[in-house]
Amino acid sequence: MDRAQVQKELEALAAEGKPAPVPEEKVEVEKEEQASEQEETAPEEEQGKDKNKKKGEEEEEKPRENGVLVLDHRARGAHLDAQLNGDQVVAAAEIMRRAGLSVEAVTGVDWLKENKFEVIYDYALYIAGEDLYRVVVRALIDRDNPDIPTISGVFSGANWHERETWDLLGINFTGHPQLTRFLLPEDADFHPLRKDFKP
Amino acid sequence: MSRLAQSQYHETFDINLGPQHPATHGVLRVKLTMDGEYIVKAEPVLGYIHRMHEKMGENRTWAKFLPNPSRMDYLSAMSYNHGHVALVERAAGIEVPERAEYLRVIMVELNRVQSHLLWFGAFLLDLGGFTPLLYAFDDRERILDLLESVTGSRLTYCYFRFGGVYNDLDDEESFKTGTKEFIARLRSRMPMYHNLVTKNIILRKRLEGIGPVSADMCRRYGATGPVLRGSGVQFDIRKNEPYSAYPDFDFDIPVYEEGDSMARYMVRMDEIEQSMRIIEQALDKLPEGPVKAEKVPKMIKPPKNDYYFAVEAARGTFSLRAVSDGTNTPYRLKIRSPTYSNLSLFEEASKGMLLADALAFMGSLDLVIPEIDR
Repeated sequence: MDRAQVQKELEALAAEGKPAPVPEEKVEVEKEEQASEQEETAPEEEQGKDKNKKKGEEEEEKPRENGVLVLDHRARGAHLDAQLNGDQVVAAAEIMRRAGLSVEAVTGVDWLKENKFEVIYDYALYIAGEDLYRVVVRALIDRDNPDIPTISGVFSGANWHERETWDLLGINFTGHPQLTRFLLPEDADFHPLRKDFKP
Repeated sequence: MSRLAQSQYHETFDINLGPQHPATHGVLRVKLTMDGEYIVKAEPVLGYIHRMHEKMGENRTWAKFLPNPSRMDYLSAMSYNHGHVALVERAAGIEVPERAEYLRVIMVELNRVQSHLLWFGAFLLDLGGFTPLLYAFDDRERILDLLESVTGSRLTYCYFRFGGVYNDLDDEESFKTGTKEFIARLRSRMPMYHNLVTKNIILRKRLEGIGPVSADMCRRYGATGPVLRGSGVQFDIRKNEPYSAYPDFDFDIPVYEEGDSMARYMVRMDEIEQSMRIIEQALDKLPEGPVKAEKVPKMIKPPKNDYYFAVEAARGTFSLRAVSDGTNTPYRLKIRSPTYSNLSLFEEASKGMLLADALAFMGSLDLVIPEIDR
């Protein structure tokens, strides 16, 4: 598998998402939010001096506008990290499928303060004799309107992962064949991993 | 699909397999649409033992989550424990002393042998052979004794700590001789297992060609572990993304091309031998030194970011993703368990299969339900 090719295709995809006026605005807002966040957390990090080992590089990696980052695998556990628009994840999944990667996990994160959901797709290359290659694809979506297209058409295995993410977080994977309760009881009317969930 | 189902007279009916059925090894329910003895659709229904470990991870400190992973997969608890501590070590930048890494590898591999032995017994029990279970449990009991002498528990270990292990070996010599005696014994018994079971014509008829899973299907579903290796893909996190002390050891990754239940059976049987090789090398090379990193902060606060770590558990890739917001509790802790993905291919692969074959196929996937439901 050509790793440079995957990176190039993802970069092109991320760049495609930028010029449209609406997403640009969104990206701008994110940036501001994250900048203010950074200021908030900075003094706290200085207090915890015992692990400022990775602080330098970590500040550079602060999220960011859509794009592709090359990560330090030893420190982060992945090689490539691409942030895309919500509607681009299927295209990204197709790139992964062509490159022979598998979907390993789908994670939803509730960013309550920013009023966003983040959906993180972990792809990994399972090929004999080749070092594992991990690609992370992430997308931020609006928390009030948590729609993101399903990639279960590309990777059948994403079906269960997405269903679980909907079950626990209420992220709506549009086009998913069976978005019903999975781990929770079928009469559940809550999404427990949401940060505003009160039992 | 069976010829029967395609005929104009076909009539299907629905039955429930489980949630309390011995063949599902726990509380798994499979909604079956049957056409006579043939499966038209088999839909696994999960969640009967869901405990929301991910939420538990979010509302306690990083260290307080330590006992949880071993409750997910109680049969390869050590690997789960390892995955969790290694993730936190990666996030907080903690270096682990070499002796601790060696001890971890020894414990994880002993645990893997134990898990495969139990699977062997339980799988044969599914297929109707009771005796192999007794033999397997005899050997497994000895591993549990060894692990108990070191970790203090027999099943749900919590032996690893951030930056090392909980305690050094009490009596290194007796542990070494005990483990080596056990390995010699199990090695002498493996031919018996193969004569008794592997070469048995009934077993072969029940497994060969049953439940074929192609490498492409594994890729689409993200299946890992012996399922993937039984489909001809020689992939193992221990080799392909080396962690801990695994690069120091010489071992092979068993792989079989057939993709049927027999291939998965053979992969696990061969892995027992490979795990024993790793344990032997680790015992011989076990370095002196501390078993715990010196400077591990009492309150762990990883820098704001997200981190990923994967280990090879007995059933496949177990991985965790931690999203840290810089505080002393994880913002999000995602747990990816191997059999969750491995079972997800069951619905597609079992189409048109005889029910009895599907149960053999399900057994060859080596399910541990608490790990699927988490």
